[in-house]
Amino acid sequence: MGKSTGFMEFPRELPERRPVVERVNDWVEIYRSFPEEKQQQQAARCMDCGVPFCHTGCPVNNLIPDWNDLVYRGRWKEAVRRLHATNNFPEITGRICPAPCEAACVLGINAPPVTIKQIEKNIIDHAYEEGWVHPEPPSFSTGKRVAVVGSGPAGLAAAQQLRRAGHAVTVFEKADRIGGLMRYGIPNFKLEKTILDRRLEQMQLEGVTFVTGAHVGQNVPVEDLQRDFDAILLAGGAEQPRDLNVPGRELKGIHFAMEFLPQQNRRCEGDAVSEVGAILANGKRVVIIGGGDTGADCLGTSHRQKALSVEQFEIMPVPPSTRSPLTPWPLWPMQLRTEGAHEEGGKRNWSLATTKFVGDEYGNVKQLHGVQVGPPPKFEPQPGTEFVLEVDLVLLAMGFSGPVRNGMLEKLGVAIDARGNVATSNGYMTTVEGVFAAGDMRRGQSLVVWAISEGRKAAAAVDEYLRAVPNARDASLVGVAG
Amino acid sequence: MSKFHAVSAVPSAQGLYHPSHEHDACGIGFVASVRGERSHDIILKGIEVLINLTHRGACGCDAETGDGAGILIQIPHRFFARECAELGFKLPEPGAYAAGMVFLPVEKLNRLQCEGIFEQIIREEGLTILGWRDTPCNGNAIGRVARASQPYIQQIFIGKPDGMDEDAFERKLYVVRKLAEQKIANSSIEDKEIFYIPSLSSRTIIYKGLLLAPQIASFYGELSDPEVDSALCLVHQRFSTNTFPSWRLAHPFRYVAHNGEINTLRGNVNWMHARQSILESPAFGPDIEKLFPIVEDGSSDSSAFDNAVELLFQSGRSMPHVLAMLIPEAWAGNPHMKPEKRAFYEYHASLMEPWDGPAAIAFTDGRVIGATLDRNGLRPGRYVVTKDDIVVLASEAGVLDIPAANVKKKGRLQPGKMFLVDTVQQRIISDKEIKQQLVSRQPYEEWLQEKQITLDQLPEPSRVYGANPDTLLRRQRAFGYSEEDMKMILEPMASKGEEPIGSMGTDTPLACLSDRPQMLFSYFKQLFAQVTNPPIDAIREEMVMSLSSFIGSERNILAETSQNCHTLKLPHAILTNRELEKLRRISTGDLLATTLPTHFRSEDGEAGLKRALDELCQRASLAVRSGYTLLILSDRGVDKQYAPIPSLLALAAVHYLLVREETRTQVALILESGEPREVMHFALLIGFGASAINPYLAFDSIRDLAHRGYLANGITPDTAVKNFIKAVNKGLLKTFSKMGISTLQSYRGAQVFEAIGLNRNLVETYFQGTASRIEGVGLDVLAREAQMKHEYAFAPLNDSETDLDVGGAYHFRVGGEEHLLNPLTISKLQHAVQQSNPKTFKEYTDLIDEQNRNMCTLRSLMKIKESKTPVALEEVEPAKEIVKRFTTGAMSFGSISKEAHETLAIAMNRIGGMSNTGEGGEDARRFTPDTNGDLRRSAVKQIASGRFGVTTNYLMNADELQIKMAQGAKPGEGGQLPGYKVDEVIARLRHSIPGVGLISPPPHHDIYSIEDLAQLIYDLKNVNPRARIAVKLVSEVGVGTVAAGVSKAHADVVLISGDSGGTGAAPLSSIKHAGIPWELGLAETQQVLLLNDLRSRIRVQTDGKLQTGRDVVIAALLGAEEFGFATAPLITMGCIMIRKCHLNTCPVGIATQDPELRKRFQGQPEHVINFFFFLAEQVREHMAKLGFRTVDEMVGRVDMLETHLAVDHWKAKGIDLSSILYSPPLPGRVARHCVQKQDHGLEQALDHHLMKLAQPALEHQQSVEFSMPIRNIHRTVGAMLGGEVVRRYGPAGLPEETIRFNFQGSAGQSFGAFLPNGVTLTLEGEANDYVGKGLSGGRIVVFPPRNSSFQPEESILAGNVILYGATSGEVFLNGIAGERFAVRNSGATAVVEGVGDHGCEYMTNGRVVVLGACGRNFAAGMNGGIAYVYDERGDFMQKRCNPASVDLEPLIDEREIEELQTLITRHRDLTGSPRAGWILANWNESLPKFIKVFPQEYKRVLRERGEMVIPTGELPTLTIAEQVQHG
Repeated sequence: MGKSTGFMEFPRELPERRPVVERVNDWVEIYRSFPEEKQQQQAARCMDCGVPFCHTGCPVNNLIPDWNDLVYRGRWKEAVRRLHATNNFPEITGRICPAPCEAACVLGINAPPVTIKQIEKNIIDHAYEEGWVHPEPPSFSTGKRVAVVGSGPAGLAAAQQLRRAGHAVTVFEKADRIGGLMRYGIPNFKLEKTILDRRLEQMQLEGVTFVTGAHVGQNVPVEDLQRDFDAILLAGGAEQPRDLNVPGRELKGIHFAMEFLPQQNRRCEGDAVSEVGAILANGKRVVIIGGGDTGADCLGTSHRQKALSVEQFEIMPVPPSTRSPLTPWPLWPMQLRTEGAHEEGGKRNWSLATTKFVGDEYGNVKQLHGVQVGPPPKFEPQPGTEFVLEVDLVLLAMGFSGPVRNGMLEKLGVAIDARGNVATSNGYMTTVEGVFAAGDMRRGQSLVVWAISEGRKAAAAVDEYLRAVPNARDASLVGVAG
Repeated sequence: MSKFHAVSAVPSAQGLYHPSHEHDACGIGFVASVRGERSHDIILKGIEVLINLTHRGACGCDAETGDGAGILIQIPHRFFARECAELGFKLPEPGAYAAGMVFLPVEKLNRLQCEGIFEQIIREEGLTILGWRDTPCNGNAIGRVARASQPYIQQIFIGKPDGMDEDAFERKLYVVRKLAEQKIANSSIEDKEIFYIPSLSSRTIIYKGLLLAPQIASFYGELSDPEVDSALCLVHQRFSTNTFPSWRLAHPFRYVAHNGEINTLRGNVNWMHARQSILESPAFGPDIEKLFPIVEDGSSDSSAFDNAVELLFQSGRSMPHVLAMLIPEAWAGNPHMKPEKRAFYEYHASLMEPWDGPAAIAFTDGRVIGATLDRNGLRPGRYVVTKDDIVVLASEAGVLDIPAANVKKKGRLQPGKMFLVDTVQQRIISDKEIKQQLVSRQPYEEWLQEKQITLDQLPEPSRVYGANPDTLLRRQRAFGYSEEDMKMILEPMASKGEEPIGSMGTDTPLACLSDRPQMLFSYFKQLFAQVTNPPIDAIREEMVMSLSSFIGSERNILAETSQNCHTLKLPHAILTNRELEKLRRISTGDLLATTLPTHFRSEDGEAGLKRALDELCQRASLAVRSGYTLLILSDRGVDKQYAPIPSLLALAAVHYLLVREETRTQVALILESGEPREVMHFALLIGFGASAINPYLAFDSIRDLAHRGYLANGITPDTAVKNFIKAVNKGLLKTFSKMGISTLQSYRGAQVFEAIGLNRNLVETYFQGTASRIEGVGLDVLAREAQMKHEYAFAPLNDSETDLDVGGAYHFRVGGEEHLLNPLTISKLQHAVQQSNPKTFKEYTDLIDEQNRNMCTLRSLMKIKESKTPVALEEVEPAKEIVKRFTTGAMSFGSISKEAHETLAIAMNRIGGMSNTGEGGEDARRFTPDTNGDLRRSAVKQIASGRFGVTTNYLMNADELQIKMAQGAKPGEGGQLPGYKVDEVIARLRHSIPGVGLISPPPHHDIYSIEDLAQLIYDLKNVNPRARIAVKLVSEVGVGTVAAGVSKAHADVVLISGDSGGTGAAPLSSIKHAGIPWELGLAETQQVLLLNDLRSRIRVQTDGKLQTGRDVVIAALLGAEEFGFATAPLITMGCIMIRKCHLNTCPVGIATQDPELRKRFQGQPEHVINFFFFLAEQVREHMAKLGFRTVDEMVGRVDMLETHLAVDHWKAKGIDLSSILYSPPLPGRVARHCVQKQDHGLEQALDHHLMKLAQPALEHQQSVEFSMPIRNIHRTVGAMLGGEVVRRYGPAGLPEETIRFNFQGSAGQSFGAFLPNGVTLTLEGEANDYVGKGLSGGRIVVFPPRNSSFQPEESILAGNVILYGATSGEVFLNGIAGERFAVRNSGATAVVEGVGDHGCEYMTNGRVVVLGACGRNFAAGMNGGIAYVYDERGDFMQKRCNPASVDLEPLIDEREIEELQTLITRHRDLTGSPRAGWILANWNESLPKFIKVFPQEYKRVLRERGEMVIPTGELPTLTIAEQVQHG
């Protein structure tokens, strides 16, 4: 399989990021291209493990050793088939997934792991270039109708799976474009929207119906869905941002990341964003509160908007530069990660808590008061470490606390679990017959790859539910072998 | 009712014990007067031979009860006439009456009833009863157990009707005996099973019983009467694996005494039964039906064989003819055999299949007496002819004291050859003459040419099925193909023509527990040879193997006509589509084919399957009656409605139906199936009766792979198919050889498999006679599984769904098969031991035990009961005591890195457990502690078949010596360490050459039978009396009886390995399909040992993926007192089950020798220790709940286990563990664990005497020299002395010749074994097998008696397997040695005057000079060292040598020539060899006749090192293809 000694011959190698000076001046992807020969060499590093930890590290259980081998052999077309067998949107995960697979890669025990995520991206990019990704409409129809609420990764993955299983699928999206967080949450320099559009085109040609501006429970009555569809899948995400309840929070210039980032995405789409209410970092002293991926997205966006300065606050202590013994292989390592955005400037601060904001006479935020804190779980303020920082823009990127409750859930009457998410049984069905939930809405804020996984599994559950209803399938298309 | 029969002593089947598992092996012999002169002396000599073979037999728990012994003599007329006259009846002339020996029930009424029936039959058949005579027997002369089961022994005398000729009388007696046997067996007489007629003949009579050899004369007092005389005396001493041998199973039988084992028995018996309906013989006429069943029910292999001999002999063939037919020479793979002889064998091969297995058979009809060996020659046989024309033949030389001056000739039985004394013609007839007579009986060659058909002769078919890629995916799915099948099975087979290799064992659920639909094939496990018969090396000893077979309608085997060979000869059993079409359309002679579809309507489930099978059987039955001779069972044409019947099920259904209808031999069954694709599938189909198989879907799939460019460059679809067939055939040969079977013809129908988890109903209906011991699934589940695959196949498909199921059977895949070792369990275990966290360990064991509830293993179905009287945890013995019972598995330094190997050893030594060297020696530097007190020495030293690094010093530095008979992952197979893994250090430890690959043969060449194992145990115990001796076995049906034999062979420990254990490299089909779980093997072992009361003297160990405290407790409750672990400790050291051990690319530095990768090793002894202590603590917790304070109390308490009641799994619910959880009802005094030590009988060893004499040398290094006589009963002479020398002086031993012993006489086995430096043994006389075994520096010189007159270079001087595994030292033999001379020699120097077959096999180092003739297959697998052969006959290159791995060259290098000359000079000086003298005297003429046998690998390495002068004038070498081709 593959090259049994590949891992000893080739070092780990990734495509280069474009120089910072160049990339902070545009909104396109930051990576340079990577020669095919190198792509294959990197795939040859895969050891085809008897127990491939990578593929359990991967929430969609990508058949990583299988497609690594195919890439090594230059069998791209089969590789993309194996890739698509478990993942509807590898072009997305190949770009923005934090790659738990690589953390679990066996080679990672004592050497740099296989560049699984990069190989995934190469496979699907290759497939698009070659025109191998084409609509795969079902060859039969079940006559069943499914409504999918929400067009993020969970909803879309579910929609594609359900459509291919022969059901009529309609996706309802409250925003003006399909894609959810992939559209408006992730900056273009990480995910150019054409990548998303070409996938949506495929889904449309497969027969998925998209309805935008349709806010179920608001402008689309829940009853209509229940009347018109045999099953409903809720994939509305967990968009309720976690807030920072300190004095001065109400001041102008303090925004949730998800108020800030979508605006820039719209600008990149060419939409006119009104001056009023525009949140821009240019020329400002920016503080980002929250050291995670969203924080990094705000960081990259702020630099591209030409912020004067950017500081990032994280309440947790600085993680070790290598894998912590507390998170031994193959666990997701507690470890300092340096993303592209971090290279572009700004200062990362650890063990900092914000105590209050102070504004100017116009109600604009001007000062941030903070203090150093001890380690979790107490985060005790350290006396004498209080400080004050001059700020113009504060972005809150502290995560999300669950689905937004503004009508739909209440009207459907689905039960909510202890963590504020939609409660489901093992089969992804909510407490209401025929109503299913998936993605962040069900499991809480998580990774895109988890959303895809959820969407696929929920789709299988919906399919099984629908099949149990008589006259489910037209079996006349079954062929004869001999 | 008692589980024991009152008298026969053989318990009925109970628990996991079944009487049919008994094996035996033995000593055989005969004494005969060539002139046919009757004398009482012949009998006395025979008894003496028997007594001198006593060590080849065994006794059970009752030291006075033997396993059986007996003698066959001519009717002692003078004696009987005298005795009968006294009883009041007169015997007619010799030949005019018959005497019968009859075993009868002791109880009078029963006895009289038997006698009555017997008499009635005699009268009905027209014979007259002359009278009965009580055979005087002395019950006091025999053992307690024997006495308890002693039958009432009578003799009957029957008169021959006037005018009836002698042969007709014998035939009538045969009819009478068969009728009496049947009638009494079918009667309602109590104790009827005791009735038995050892002999009934006008020529011979048999005295036998459950005796030890020395008891026979005192038990049968009349044997001492001087008037009892005979011109011949056939004797036999039995060694049964357990202690239920019965009176009737003692040898000799009516015509033969057998040392060996018929591996294909099941098939042979079935075939004999199947051909009954067409038996016809003018000799019998209508009487023939009275002989049925030809083979007695419930008989042993030897007895069944005797039945077959009797039928063929009585219907008119001579004894030699019968033997040549049943146990043919290896003809198919021998291109040098004369065409007329090949024709003889080939003709008879088309009549019937060989009875295959290791065998030395002594036979007689009362006039001729002889012996023959099977084609492999795996049993010893030596003979002497005296000047007064007495012949003595026995398993050993020296069984009779014959003055050297009286010896005319000495010889040995040779593979496939016959030795015959004709007392009527009064001469010895050579094998050559016998065979010449046989081959000229009929124009066999003409007959074959005229009647035999080959595939080539058949017309090309007009149409052949092509591949249909459009339906391929659906068909693949319907037959259960997975991505893994394509990638891991078919691709390597099609690319390389070889079976795929894997490593690290298996951890997936048994088929009967898996949630996923399985193939029926997966419910079966291959049986394999261990101890009671040896596996064969199908590669190095390819010449005995054969895949050819004959199909068509079998005729009456009693007739000898040209029509009998009107069959179609197939070179192998795999048919291409074209070949199948040829057969389908065949219309040559009376060959006619019909195709029977094998589908069932999927939606009808079980009912549909049952109906389809019934219909199939009806059609098959009808087809046979209509005259079809080839039935093609075909599953082509699977569609939306119809699913395929599992191919094995369809085949077996038809096979057994036709066997029952006695028409089976009239047709050949051919499979046309999409299902088979692995070697195991083909093996099963052949093993259950298929003649040929067309795996069309495998072909289609391979073609598809080739089209898609998946195969290596340049492999066309046609080549790929050829490669696949080649791989299957190679795999089949390997599979046969694992069971010790040589030919496809005898494997066919031999059903050497065990089923795991098939219910009784299914097995009895379709797989009769196959062991299946835990019940399980039936037709309903098989139907459901077929349905599941079918539904998946015909579900709607779309574009994105174009792949097969992921599989996951070999490599873990989410959504694939379950694995016990998965990312979660592996990481939890590693985290637990690295962080010393018992909580994480508990999480790990919960996952495993939880998985057990999800059911992977048999123990997952078990529940540990809770005691009503638990004890406090503090009262349970401490963990530090429990860990002493833990051992780590045998992993060689070579298979794993130095770092890993030593970490394990340090860990185990710290906690007082034991680590195991594995095969491959151990660095002596590890024998002394490190400065920190750590000891890197492995407590267990393994002795495996390669004997690498097994020096005296190695043996002395051990607490346990473990003889590895088999390995769980690949039982019945040898091993190979590829050259790239053999670095300087490994080579040094293995006494080989760096860079040169090393082969461990499949068998131990000194263990072909149980008595051989006893001998090796004795050898090892002699060398190191302080070490305990362990024998490692692998679970299979019957392992319990083998374990009983091991206990009787005085092993201290028996290890029962499960089938799932890890391995560095093994064929995937072996990893998956050979051997059975340890739960079954261990439980069977415990039960059988208890039934024999042998448990008390042997410790039982078990291993095979033991992982948790629960596993250990279950093993203890089932009967183990020690526990082995390999995979789990490896994981604690960082193993992540990458399963790449065989590629040397282990990324964590464990299973690799790559210096860079070894640096990555991060294992620590502490981690290993943590694991064992966590484990012990868990065991303690269980013990507290169970109420046991010590492990000893827990051992064998199977009553504390029960089956999980909650099992509601669709498959598992049918499983019944009661046979595993069975405990024989025995009194409390029968100990359930080991409480006493084995009596090794060392005190009788001659070495005690030698050591006393050698005191000055041992203590003060003073030279000593003594002379004394020696006999064959003196075994292993020199080993204990040698061990003592090394114990005192280390591996360097003593200065040369410090100790000298000069012996006169016949030395017993293992003369000079493990002799170290400084000891010289000289023997004037002769030696038996294993001279210089493991020689470690000593010198052995053997020459014939100075006053003998025979030619040394023509006479046998020493037995088989000389210098096995020798590492250094010298041997000079002035005479011929037997088979496998210098096998696996890795450093000794030897000069010999001639050798048998397979000389220098697997040799890796050392020098061997052969001054005379060689047998065949010289240098097979030889890849180091050099041999020089004096090729006087000039046929060495062409016929004698196996050139696969060696080059043959002339001697050119002056230095080398001088060395050779020096060696021969020393040989002459030490032995007085006249031949050596002559060669030296004529050196210039002799030198060109020496051929240098130079291993290619060795040469390559020398060349790379620049150490070799390359000779210029190389001799032309033959290619393998020219040399060994299957016919």
